[in-house]
Amino acid sequence: MTNLLLLFDAPSLIVQVLLDGILVGSIFALAAYGMALVWGVMNIINITQGEFVVLGGYVAFTAASWGLNPFLCIPVAAAALLVVGWAIYRGVIYRIVDKDLFISVLATYGLGILIAQLINLVWGADVRSLDSGLGTWFFLDGMVTVAQTRVAAFVLALVIGGALLLFLRLTRLGRAIRATAQNARAARALGIDTDRVYAATYAINAAICGAAGALIVMIFVLQPFVGLIYTVRSFMIVIVAGLGNLGAVIGAALGVGAAENFVGFIFGTQFQAAFVFSFLVVVLVVRNLRLQRRRMYLK
Amino acid sequence: MSARGRGRILAALLLAATVAAPLVVPALTVQFATLWVMIILALTWDILGGQMGYNSFGNVVFFGVGMYASAIVQVGLFHDVGAYTAASGTGVYPFTPQQYYVGLALGILAAPIAAVAVAALLGTGMLGLRGHYFAIGTLGLGIAGGEFAASWEYVGGASGFLLPVFPGAYETRALFFYGLCAALGIVTFLVLRRLYAGRFGLALNAIRDDEDKAEALGHHTVRNKVLAWCVSAFFVGLAGAIFGNMNGLIEPREVAFSGATFGVWMVLMALLGGKGTLWGPVIGAIVFHVFKELFWTYLLGWQRVALGLLIVGIVLFFPLGLLGYARERWPSLFGRQAVEGAKR
Amino acid sequence: MFRLLAATLLALAAIPFAATGAAAQAQGDTIVVGAAVSLTGKFSTDGQHTKNGYELAVKRVNDAGGIKVGGKTYKLEIKLYDDESSNERVASLVERLIVQDNVKFILGPYSSPLTAAIIPVTEKFKIPMIQANAASRSLFTKGYRYAFAVLSTSDQYLSSAVDLLAEKGKETGKQPSSMKVAMAMGDDAFSLDVRAGILEAAKKNGMQVVIDDKVPDNFTDISATLARVKAVKPDIFLASGHATGAATATKQVADAKIDVPMFAMTHCDSAQIAEKFKGISEGILCASQWAPTLSYKDKWFGSAGDYNSLFKKTYGYEAPYQAAESSAAVLVFADAFARAGSFDTEKVRDAIAATDMETFYGHIKFDDTGKNIAKPMMLYQVQNGDYVVVAPTKFATAKLIYPRKTP
Repeated sequence: MTNLLLLFDAPSLIVQVLLDGILVGSIFALAAYGMALVWGVMNIINITQGEFVVLGGYVAFTAASWGLNPFLCIPVAAAALLVVGWAIYRGVIYRIVDKDLFISVLATYGLGILIAQLINLVWGADVRSLDSGLGTWFFLDGMVTVAQTRVAAFVLALVIGGALLLFLRLTRLGRAIRATAQNARAARALGIDTDRVYAATYAINAAICGAAGALIVMIFVLQPFVGLIYTVRSFMIVIVAGLGNLGAVIGAALGVGAAENFVGFIFGTQFQAAFVFSFLVVVLVVRNLRLQRRRMYLK
Repeated sequence: MSARGRGRILAALLLAATVAAPLVVPALTVQFATLWVMIILALTWDILGGQMGYNSFGNVVFFGVGMYASAIVQVGLFHDVGAYTAASGTGVYPFTPQQYYVGLALGILAAPIAAVAVAALLGTGMLGLRGHYFAIGTLGLGIAGGEFAASWEYVGGASGFLLPVFPGAYETRALFFYGLCAALGIVTFLVLRRLYAGRFGLALNAIRDDEDKAEALGHHTVRNKVLAWCVSAFFVGLAGAIFGNMNGLIEPREVAFSGATFGVWMVLMALLGGKGTLWGPVIGAIVFHVFKELFWTYLLGWQRVALGLLIVGIVLFFPLGLLGYARERWPSLFGRQAVEGAKR
Repeated sequence: MFRLLAATLLALAAIPFAATGAAAQAQGDTIVVGAAVSLTGKFSTDGQHTKNGYELAVKRVNDAGGIKVGGKTYKLEIKLYDDESSNERVASLVERLIVQDNVKFILGPYSSPLTAAIIPVTEKFKIPMIQANAASRSLFTKGYRYAFAVLSTSDQYLSSAVDLLAEKGKETGKQPSSMKVAMAMGDDAFSLDVRAGILEAAKKNGMQVVIDDKVPDNFTDISATLARVKAVKPDIFLASGHATGAATATKQVADAKIDVPMFAMTHCDSAQIAEKFKGISEGILCASQWAPTLSYKDKWFGSAGDYNSLFKKTYGYEAPYQAAESSAAVLVFADAFARAGSFDTEKVRDAIAATDMETFYGHIKFDDTGKNIAKPMMLYQVQNGDYVVVAPTKFATAKLIYPRKTP
């Protein structure tokens, strides 16, 4: 418990731990939002999410090694993944759109291990990371440090999220996506080409993941087989937030990020993962108990 | 020939193959034993996944619980477990052959008890979840189990738990474990056949087809669901205890609570063969295991690409499983039940 | 139903025969040595170094004319499987190497946890195994007879850094007993033994261990640990978690501007931190089994420097010690075959136990438990984007920069 006392001794640490959690959480929010989008519109749980993130990171890394500014690599990665996502939809996903949700989990799990191995074959197994060239800010006597890359990533994550929101609200395709999410059959009856909508949704999700990957390779390090971490993380966030809206996903992402960091600070890093997954189970069970109570009222 | 007669011949053939396999190709005995474990995993997954319509990603929890329970009993009977598993320990902990067999027998006894206890404990909470929330919840359960075991120093934490060494030659050991696995596999199969044929099987199918209606008709759905999970846990726990001893080292995240491998594979195998059928998981496990082993032998470097393609292929082209596919293709072979099982 | 199942069964029955048939191997004039290494999964970076090291040495031995055993010259051949960094996989693959492929000699996989999984197998079959990459002491306390390791045990990796800190403290007038130690260690048999070594060294010097975190599996984020490091201001921060851990620690310590007088880790050269993290890796201390600047020599590779340049020519990057120790393991086998004059596993085992040789990698001589006791550990420091040896004094090519100047 000395760690807890530490927090009270130096309140500025609370700020530090909170900031770390929130800034990282914002990047997970991107991948999570993509997942919620695909889930909501297509009824597919995309386990390949993490591999898209890693692939995006590797594309950004390659683009940067050609001399491109790291931040310009983000659109490059997004564009590349847009194509990849579209191709995967045309190759595989279109066959499982109207199948059981469970089928999609298995199919995308298979795709995930395939993509991870291909990344390994193309880029090799080395640990990769990208230097953004930005420095660190100091606050409160150096007790709080914020890497500028993380702030940039935070801002960009918000910008990308906002752009997506506007896209869904204002453009024709965006409206078609929302209509399909609400009722695919009705949308089809009204002349919306749902197949195209699905293709676009899946490709956009891949692109978002690609952008997230480009940010992650600047903040963390990447290795071909770390994808599952990001999948599970996005998944967590979507479950906590529900499928409803972007705001909830961002809120959940930041909240989970901060909570996890506090657990790591107080109890030690080794308990972070156990906390996250126990929390997931608790959220589900609590939600279920509430539902049950409601069902009882109905009786 | 009648369907019944065919079934008898088939069973006799399979039994003959079971006995012959390790004698004909002794080098592969351990792989065959692993195959039996895979069959047990697929069969027991199907109790919930196929018969009851509850897709669980968390059955691997019972595998891990059984493994650790057995290991703790095996070692704990004769030595201090904490000292035995300590990472930097320097002590030597011998087991006499007698101690080994007594420990193993009691360990194998303890494993299903622990697994069923865990299933009963978790069941009421988890099985209230419906549809994909159940799948997701159990997925979290599997990973949390691994993390918990990895941070529990008493059982060796992340370094794992080394099991007592089999007192005897390699060939004897391989045959011994093959025999255990095969016996357990056959018992599992027969028990499930019996269960599915009776009222319990019908109750499970009723839950799958319409849970609310089943409840309205007076079925104790919660009790049946938990009971089904306990049956599943019983056999998975046993399989875990045997597999742990066969493997020699229990590692929390990759051997015991291996959600990303065994946890998913059992689902895939059941799906590949045809879920909701008795033979489906068996066939699925055989085909999957054989393909996987071949990939790892002949496609070094590309084996995961091949496995990925195999999985995608299974899901896209055989969503009803091989058995479902065969049923649609050659309905006459299956007699009058043709329509029933393929519905889902 | 019946026909379908019968066909399936027949097909299945045929497969094992095909498999064993193809795997049966020629014992003509090649000796097959088997290994399972991590080409995929969390250890894939280090696994690749291991594979490169094995293959380079096999090629070198064959180019030099092979090995003379009992008056006949044999070529070496290596049979590799991918263990996917999985404990479950590696044990079954080694069993397959021995039972199906009839391999009589095994080279170790990458990492202590994977080796711990296979030693029960090799011991059971009485198959000699030389581990090139498994240093946890827990592997040498179980009375294994057929396992040998060419490397120094993991408790020595970073304990020397703690001793070095105590020494520097005394020079600068700071009592070691007032010094604080913080560490983030990966959660596996290797890093846990590194941790045990650090704890022992800290106790010996009377230092206080203020942060003792275990980082789960993948070692991708230690910011929660670093926030505490910032608060308690330790005199040394140590990290260990294979290649991923080294890269993560380097990057995040720099991002959080952690200012510690001494920052030490394992696997820097494997993660290539000096090359990939120019600037921010300055002043980091790295534990190493080997350095290309050492003066050792052998008849196959020449000097340590020659090995490094050959490795660089072949694979395009500087030889990390993981590759060097892997090559050395192959040389031990080559030497033992020649001395045993036979491929009888017992005779080869005894020949390995009697090994006393100098290689480009260092001196190799095993004690009763099978670990190499003839070779010291080294500490590198990253100075001006290069790895230079700073300890022990006997091998040092540069002076330690202390305290570390935070870049």
